[in-house]
Amino acid sequence: MASISKEYRTVTQIAGPLMFVEGVEGVTYGELADIKLQNGSLRRGRVLEINGDKAMVQVFEGTSGLSPQDVKVKFLAKGMELGVSLDMLGRVFDGSGRPIDDGPSIIPEKYLNVNGNPVNPYVRDYPNEFIQTGISTIDLLNTLVRGQKLPLFSGSGLPHSRLAAQIARQATVLKTGEKFAVVFAAIGITFEEAEFFVADFRRTGAIERSVVFINLADDPPIERIALPRMALTAAEYLAFEKGMHVLVIMTDLTNYCEALREISAARREVPGRRGYPGYLYTDLATLYERAGRIKGKTGSITQIPVLTMPEDDKTHPVPDLTGYITEGQIIINRGLNARGIYPPVDVLPSLSRLKDKGIGAGKTREDHADVMNQLYSAYARGKNAKELAVVLGESALSDADILFVKFADAFEDKFVRQGEDENRTIEESLSIGWDLLAMIPRNELKRIRDAFIEKYYPKK
Amino acid sequence: MNENRGEVVKVSGPLVIARGLTGARMFEMVRVGEANLFGEIIEIKGNDYSIQVYEETEGIGPGQPVIRTGEPLSVELGPGLIKSIYDGVQRPLDALARDFGEYIVRGAERPALDRSKKWNFIPVAKVGDRVEQGDILGTVQESALVVHKIMMPPGKSGIIKKIETVTGNVDTEVAVIEGQEGIFGITMVQRWPVRESRPVKRKVMPTEPMITGQRVIDMLFPIAKGGTACVPGPFGSGKTVVQHQLAKWADAQIVIYVGCGERGNEMTDVLMEFPHLKDPASGEPLMERTVLVANTSNMPVAAREASVFTGIAIAEYFRDMGYSVALMADSTSRWAEAMREISGRLEEMPGEEGYPAYLGSRIANFYERAGSVICLGSDDRSGAITVIGAVSPPGGDFSEPVVQATLRVVKVFWGLDDKLAFSRHFPAVNWLTSYSLYQDMVDECSDCKFDAQWSINRKRAMDILQRESELEELVRLVGIDALPHEDRLLMQAAKMIREDFLHQNAFDERDACTSLDKQFSLLKLILHYFDKVNSSYSDGATLESLTSNDVLNDIARAKLISEEALDQFEALEQKITNTICAITW
Repeated sequence: MASISKEYRTVTQIAGPLMFVEGVEGVTYGELADIKLQNGSLRRGRVLEINGDKAMVQVFEGTSGLSPQDVKVKFLAKGMELGVSLDMLGRVFDGSGRPIDDGPSIIPEKYLNVNGNPVNPYVRDYPNEFIQTGISTIDLLNTLVRGQKLPLFSGSGLPHSRLAAQIARQATVLKTGEKFAVVFAAIGITFEEAEFFVADFRRTGAIERSVVFINLADDPPIERIALPRMALTAAEYLAFEKGMHVLVIMTDLTNYCEALREISAARREVPGRRGYPGYLYTDLATLYERAGRIKGKTGSITQIPVLTMPEDDKTHPVPDLTGYITEGQIIINRGLNARGIYPPVDVLPSLSRLKDKGIGAGKTREDHADVMNQLYSAYARGKNAKELAVVLGESALSDADILFVKFADAFEDKFVRQGEDENRTIEESLSIGWDLLAMIPRNELKRIRDAFIEKYYPKK
Repeated sequence: MNENRGEVVKVSGPLVIARGLTGARMFEMVRVGEANLFGEIIEIKGNDYSIQVYEETEGIGPGQPVIRTGEPLSVELGPGLIKSIYDGVQRPLDALARDFGEYIVRGAERPALDRSKKWNFIPVAKVGDRVEQGDILGTVQESALVVHKIMMPPGKSGIIKKIETVTGNVDTEVAVIEGQEGIFGITMVQRWPVRESRPVKRKVMPTEPMITGQRVIDMLFPIAKGGTACVPGPFGSGKTVVQHQLAKWADAQIVIYVGCGERGNEMTDVLMEFPHLKDPASGEPLMERTVLVANTSNMPVAAREASVFTGIAIAEYFRDMGYSVALMADSTSRWAEAMREISGRLEEMPGEEGYPAYLGSRIANFYERAGSVICLGSDDRSGAITVIGAVSPPGGDFSEPVVQATLRVVKVFWGLDDKLAFSRHFPAVNWLTSYSLYQDMVDECSDCKFDAQWSINRKRAMDILQRESELEELVRLVGIDALPHEDRLLMQAAKMIREDFLHQNAFDERDACTSLDKQFSLLKLILHYFDKVNSSYSDGATLESLTSNDVLNDIARAKLISEEALDQFEALEQKITNTICAITW
């Protein structure tokens, strides 16, 4: 490893967030560096490539104000680490893991490499414990389970932050006696958005059980690469060493990907789609795959990443690659939002891949799966009929179709719409579902088993 | 400097460049750095050897050693493969978990086949026999479902000097052979380089359908044993569920499931579920015939590139024993992306969308290792590998390079459709775009072995669905009321085929796997209804009475009739006849 004390003054080139140091010895890939300026201020960097005696260093705080003549670089012979401790709960940190809430500094129990190691798939435990978020469209139709990663796909100007905060608030109500924590990672968002979350955590007292990492829109973009890794390292510590159920909210992943693209461009790598690097999928996977449960451990990590889709385009690389890694997605719809429906969850394209193992008798209720499928197909049919009516006029619809159109409207109004502080139990959500299904003739309820129809069909 | 030892000069992510490895060959395995990481030589330029490293390279720097192994990336083949779970370079994940903890630590190494396990070898050949390459020397009962055959390795032959029943681990010598090059021992284990296909006597055309228990596949788009299929679809369209369903219910003797760059939780699902699911034919747990290769998306990208080759090399080994093997690769897009990433770091000139120019040939190479073959060995036994690859095209766009390169080589295409998935029609196989080039072969086979009506019914069902899509256009323009009544009856029949036949719930015990008998009866029932209403309509029954009546409900629930009570179908058919007659009169 490197001769730790040696300081290099051999910076030859600075380009974008990158700095090239020559004549180095014993430097390794991924190693951290301290960059000292003449005025005494200090910046952090990381080795992105090492070729013989030339090291390419990425500077976290950005290179503005640096000059090859007046910087001294010291390599630290270790990768990026985060000091962790239970005292982190209730505190706010910046993108380099330094406290920014005027509190005392943390005395770490230990230091952990922020990149983590991949979990051996053999020791993973399957996520199958139902989390009640109190939101009907999630609980009944896109069930969230412990250890899942379920992103919110949103767009600019949509209430994804309110929904994420509501989930964080309501999902905390779990079986008594279990330890729960929230890790919040703000990646390049505005002060107002970040403040909204922190204020909401304070209002509800959740801040006591939260660890907050903040990189605002005007903070160095390069810090955004490290920030979610810090947050997930803290989450892994709390979950797998301290036995807590951790909910990680990361917003906004689109900013993360842009920071990644910035570095990739500075390195002159061959760009993939829309200029994002070809390894975007792999890189995102190293974040998202850090959700989960491990056999023999009580804790779990559940991730709710939030991302805004440019132009609401689901095929944009960021949502597209995210969707291929995460276990489903909740899509926020502009049309519903414009009609004043909160939460504007677009039910049809939303999906939770892990729902089937988390629902049913003993977990939620025996009729859950059937009701879910029936609501989906009835709503889909109603929406189709509506589209038809737009082209041909209502008169072209059959009697049955008119019934389904009515169903779709009522579904959006009664089932999708709910208050920001309305915390529905799964039984309440199911009973709203059954009330809506009662609008449809019984012989159309093909997805529900007879026994459940007998038992749960609302009696007039 | 020692010839087997070089040193690192450059590190950039998973790509390391080393010098001083004179004599090293392309695709030779090396160990890199003080952390002893796995790597493979993928480019040689003068004295510079580019190595793709299968593990995270943090902490590797210039000056650290690189050690040659002299062998290309190889798999260990022998008893103990079944029920194992490996990473992309055949490291046993269960042993790593036992010895190194929950996380995969770098440089960790354990033999692929557990040396502490004892196997009982029973000879088939006897002393004095002359054995050729591929001849079976003896057998080992590997699991409840698999008899593992110990074969003469490719390229070896001779006369058996000694062979006897022995019990021991895979390294135990089971036979002594006198060949041209002298006397040598044979153990239960062989090694084989993964990038090379194992030799066969000859390839033959597939002649037998692989039954999957999935109605849309077996009836409309069948696959042959030894065939190749691809399942492309945007995310959320159910690729993985289709792959899991096939791994569970396909009538293959061995299943190799390669989770290539996909989710960790999905592998866990397979691991937790398979030991509890029973093989419909034998009643034994499905795990007893399964090998898993899991290189999840967060595991190193270079090992992901190797994982499909590791999978297919293991598949070839079991095929050589004369088994019918099914290999599922989920997803080949992640594999292609791994190639792209490595290619980018090598600064190769990119082809389409940044993928390397050799993308198409690598994909073709992989799929061509499938097939129906006559294996090596004097008994001319036949074996087959069926390969089913999932493709995850960005944005669900089938015109992208990986889908297109795959379609050029595979014979079956199950195109998944997100519109179907949104309306919760699963499996979301689009019946208008999908195809199977094994159709004629399977038709012929089913008509003579099963029921002469098979192909007639299938064609009728396809026609009805095709016709429906044309009519839908019309309905969109003029409304359903404007259609003649014959067409409205046809639309109803199409809807019944879609909802009551094609739609199949993978999570319902009774519906997850359907026998050919039941598939046939179910489709026949729907067509029977269609015939009856057509004829009674011409006899003067009203449209309303034909499109809404009680038997429709019965037909909708017919797919839940249990496999033991298939005679209910006949009763139901009678009921349809009676009901429709009652309406007409």
